Amino acid sequence: MTNSSLISMTVREALRDAMEEEMRHDETVFLMGEEVAEYNGAYKVSQGLLDVFGSKRVVDTPITEAGFSGLGVGAAFGGLRPIVEFMTFNFSMQAIDHIINSAAKTLYMSGGQMGCPIVFRGPNGAASRVGAQHSHCFASWYAHCPGLKVISPYSAGDAKALLKAAIRDPNPVVFLENELLYGQQFDDVSQDPEFTLPIGKALIRRKGKDVTLTAFSIMVGKALKAADILAEQGIDAEVIDLRTLRPLDVETVVRSVMKTNRIVSIEESWPFAGIGSEMAALMMEHAFDYLDAPLVRVTGADVPMPYAANLEHLALPQVESIIEAVKTVCYR
Amino acid sequence: MPHLISQDEALKAYREMLLIRRFEERAAQLYGMGLIAGFCHLYIGQEAIVVGIQSILKPQDTVITAYRDHGHMLAAGMDPKGVMAELTGRSTGYSKGKGGSMHMFSREKNFFGGHGIVGAQVPIGTGLAFAHKYKEDGGVCITSLGDGATNQGQVYESYNMASLWKLPIVYIIENNHYGMGTPVERSSAGSNYYGRGQGWDIPGEKVDGMEYLKVQEAANHAVDHARSGKGPYILEMDTYRYRGHSMSDPAKYRSKEEVEGVKEKRDPLAHFKMYMTKTLKIPEGPIKIIEDEVKTIVAEAVEFSKTSPEPDVAELYTDVLKEEISFA
Ligand SMILES: Cc1ncc(C[n+]2csc(CCOP(=O)(O)OP(=O)(O)O)c2C)c(N)n1
Ligand SMILES: [Mg+2]
Repeated sequence: MTNSSLISMTVREALRDAMEEEMRHDETVFLMGEEVAEYNGAYKVSQGLLDVFGSKRVVDTPITEAGFSGLGVGAAFGGLRPIVEFMTFNFSMQAIDHIINSAAKTLYMSGGQMGCPIVFRGPNGAASRVGAQHSHCFASWYAHCPGLKVISPYSAGDAKALLKAAIRDPNPVVFLENELLYGQQFDDVSQDPEFTLPIGKALIRRKGKDVTLTAFSIMVGKALKAADILAEQGIDAEVIDLRTLRPLDVETVVRSVMKTNRIVSIEESWPFAGIGSEMAALMMEHAFDYLDAPLVRVTGADVPMPYAANLEHLALPQVESIIEAVKTVCYR
Repeated sequence: MPHLISQDEALKAYREMLLIRRFEERAAQLYGMGLIAGFCHLYIGQEAIVVGIQSILKPQDTVITAYRDHGHMLAAGMDPKGVMAELTGRSTGYSKGKGGSMHMFSREKNFFGGHGIVGAQVPIGTGLAFAHKYKEDGGVCITSLGDGATNQGQVYESYNMASLWKLPIVYIIENNHYGMGTPVERSSAGSNYYGRGQGWDIPGEKVDGMEYLKVQEAANHAVDHARSGKGPYILEMDTYRYRGHSMSDPAKYRSKEEVEGVKEKRDPLAHFKMYMTKTLKIPEGPIKIIEDEVKTIVAEAVEFSKTSPEPDVAELYTDVLKEEISFA
């Protein structure tokens, strides 16, 4: 697991490279989804893969999510390692039965005989002004389910290393990307084709002593921005990038809270039964005696995503809402 | 030989098709200017379909479609101002700015959306037909879907129920030959979509969707069939979208010649105009008046959509649930 030469690239390129490397590494890995081949991906994540691997391994599907997700599960049962791309995770709702009933539960139902090494990946959550049916964050939906692993990376380096880990994992993995991050450049990408990151390990992206901020995916960027502003105001925030939502790295969060005694959980999805709700319960169970303030959740507004620019802005967590929440837990 | 319609009817049809065309052209401009955002799917090229179908509907009939919906709404008689203002996300839009291009509705005009999930409108439309039959209101539901959408399983689940229960519904497959970047040959095994109801005893036929009169004729007997209690009917409209799938699609998967060829040989507006002048002998005067009128209507809609205010911030939390509990 050497990680000597880190280079700079976009999240989009990093994801693409992860798939290319794993497809070279293992012949049973193939990519399937709408517009993944000839169009090079609706968001160009699979750019060039058809040219490299041909149409046997980079497969354009009809618009039939329930069908191709079920087919992917069957192919995984049959010894292949499918990567199923959802054009966006919004459309995974058509296929959620196969992700949960067929992929997640079968190992258990078969007493351990079966396995389902499959990755469901694609952009998750809000993009920009695409309205209620196209702005859905599924983090807590999938994280709810035993039998699944759920990853939601922030940086390009993490995206690459974790996608590679997901493809190699013998279990079904839901890999939640973010459209707005695709074009973002990070200089943390390993070029070592053997480099992966362990699923289930969070990363402390900023060390601090006054308050713990937990976030994942695009919200990590907002948390880091908030932390910079808070630093100027004399509040030293520790920012934890959860990276994996199931299994969640509770230990890293608890250790941080033992130090800071305060925690704010950040996510773009709805508050009720969200990742923040789980975080609150976990802190109650594992860090109660260390808390100097109740956990505060920063979440999206509890409404379907509005289209209007001003309402959409209000519906999504912003840097200011994070700062406000931090001040609440710090009694400032 | 196309059937003859009155001059008045022809002018009305032309006006509606032209309104859609000009409306969409301006929507594209507003998108370019950043006034419209997100997904915006234009209907240019397919105008004859919705206008032809609407021409034979009754007030109690219902309509539902997917996200390529602006033309459907205008043909249903919805106010261009309200549609454009929804596109710009303003409080005066049909959904108060909360829905956007893909999600607009009008109870008044029996337009039931405006749906962003491919295929999802099909069982919903089937449910509207179920309600027509249940209420015995004599209505028929027109449910439109794309060629790409025909591969969603729920379409066939709907066919089965609609035929089993003889629901008054006409499924309109707008075959514009592409689902995003995928031509029908690569998405669909057996591309006679009109024949896909066979297994459920649903009659179907293929129609030249670029010809208003042909659409009207086919819609007439399909809707009659459904209204008379014989159950569902499928019309596959052979059509073409001139623009990219949405405003963010450069449409590199098809050649310029292909697009230009359709525009030149099959344009629904040009053809219909020819029919008006050559066959119906309508003079230039009244046609010009309509063209000017449409220009004004669209200009006013644009102005309205630019000057209307954004929704009040309090609207963020309204309309999530209905407040009062009522029965029937
Ligand atoms: C369930 C689902 N899957 C994927 C998409 C993304 N998507 C939107 S439109 C579209 C193509 C649909 O093509 P078609 O049905 O032919 O309609 P057209 O756009 O040509 O009118 C796709 C794949 C979606 N909105 N919903
Ligand atoms: Mg199509």
